[in-house]
Amino acid sequence: MTDLVLKNLCVGTLSNVSLTVPGGQVVCLSGPSGSGKSRLLRAVADLEPHGGTVSVADTCQEDLPAHQWRSRVVMVPADSQWWFDEVGGHFPDHVKADLPSALGFPPEVLEWSVSRLSSGERQRLALWRALLLEPEVLLLDEPTANLDNDSTEAIETWLLEEIRRRQIAVLWVAHDVGQIHRVADAHYRIIGTSLERADGSD
Amino acid sequence: MEVIDLAWWKLGLAALLVLALAGTGYLARLGITRNLLIAALRTVIQLALIGLVLEALFASSGFYWIALMALVMLLVAGREVVARQGRRLQGWWAFGIGTGSMFVSSFSVTVLALSVVIGPDPWYTPQYAIPLLGMMLGNTMTGVSLALDRLNESVWRQRAVIENRLMLGQTWKQALEDIRRDAMRSGMMPSINAMAAAGIVSLPGMMTGQILAGSPPAVAVKYQILVMLIITVGTGFGALMAVSWGGRRLFDDRERLRLDRLVKQ
Repeated sequence: MTDLVLKNLCVGTLSNVSLTVPGGQVVCLSGPSGSGKSRLLRAVADLEPHGGTVSVADTCQEDLPAHQWRSRVVMVPADSQWWFDEVGGHFPDHVKADLPSALGFPPEVLEWSVSRLSSGERQRLALWRALLLEPEVLLLDEPTANLDNDSTEAIETWLLEEIRRRQIAVLWVAHDVGQIHRVADAHYRIIGTSLERADGSD
Repeated sequence: MEVIDLAWWKLGLAALLVLALAGTGYLARLGITRNLLIAALRTVIQLALIGLVLEALFASSGFYWIALMALVMLLVAGREVVARQGRRLQGWWAFGIGTGSMFVSSFSVTVLALSVVIGPDPWYTPQYAIPLLGMMLGNTMTGVSLALDRLNESVWRQRAVIENRLMLGQTWKQALEDIRRDAMRSGMMPSINAMAAAGIVSLPGMMTGQILAGSPPAVAVKYQILVMLIITVGTGFGALMAVSWGGRRLFDDRERLRLDRLVKQ
């Protein structure tokens, strides 16, 4: 079982967040900007000091060196970063053949220079880069914010397929109600300092 | 050959030239007058005092006095390293890391050069030890402060990249790799440039001084080569230690980037 379990997590203004995300399921988080959605994801990835415990498949954060934890619990930030000149430098050598068609790139994309990528293209490649680490948990911070409607739906379908197939537990920060309807198995809203379960109706 | 001593009133002539420069700067509103005059005054006072101190030190030649002098030089250099960083680590860390790395590298290289290479008797003879240590510390100080300044500034600017690399499961060392390389390069660059240009573009100060004091150029050159080599070694190891200790301190035990440990001054 690769359940992600948060117990009494406190970070920033949020306190006592308890939540379970079963493997293969998507839990969407929404809330006004500045309410601490990204900080919550950062705390789960152990990038920010926080209270409470987080565990995956009964392994706690503290039981693993931080970098091993983060290669199992991978976060994709809203604004992904690229530090080599070429796209290919950010990917392992052998992946070229496995480029998913849902991303909508020609096979030469790995030779492209990073500077010619649009923000939507970076976002799609960042998702693939994270999935290649074979994570048990994915933390997605508005993964489709810079995409148009068509590619948003294509990416959602591809992500959901991978999530179900590999039984990844996913925390997904989303704004768009339509998207939450399409992808979420459960939906929580940040209200004040706590997380509240939202009904399916909105 | 006797060295020609300089009378104090002759130094006054040089000072008049500085006053002329300051006056010109004032009239042309260049805004350098104040800094120029203060710096010139400091030079005169500091060097006159150090002249007295060195006279006394050379006369006594006591080990503890020399050690005290070395300690004072080290602490002043440590303070200077802190002052030269745009962003520095909070609390005593900035001073501690700068001073510690300078101490380990400059002192061990100087002691090695004195005892093994030059070999005066005793090895701490102040005529050799103090000038050598001074040159070592001066250059290591520049290297360490440049390296730390670059390290902290780059980490500050590239926080998003570092954190994204951490998110992908990299260790703090991997996430900091490029920045560490850059910081080392900027710390080492002055020494490497000085070695590359030595003798062709510039005649190094120490060699010039020795020749003025009547040494045969062949001897002066050998000393200069020795000094440039050990300065580079001292600067390199000093910057290396400062960058790895400083880099470590920017992350906590959970390998989180902790920019709250940096303060802007």
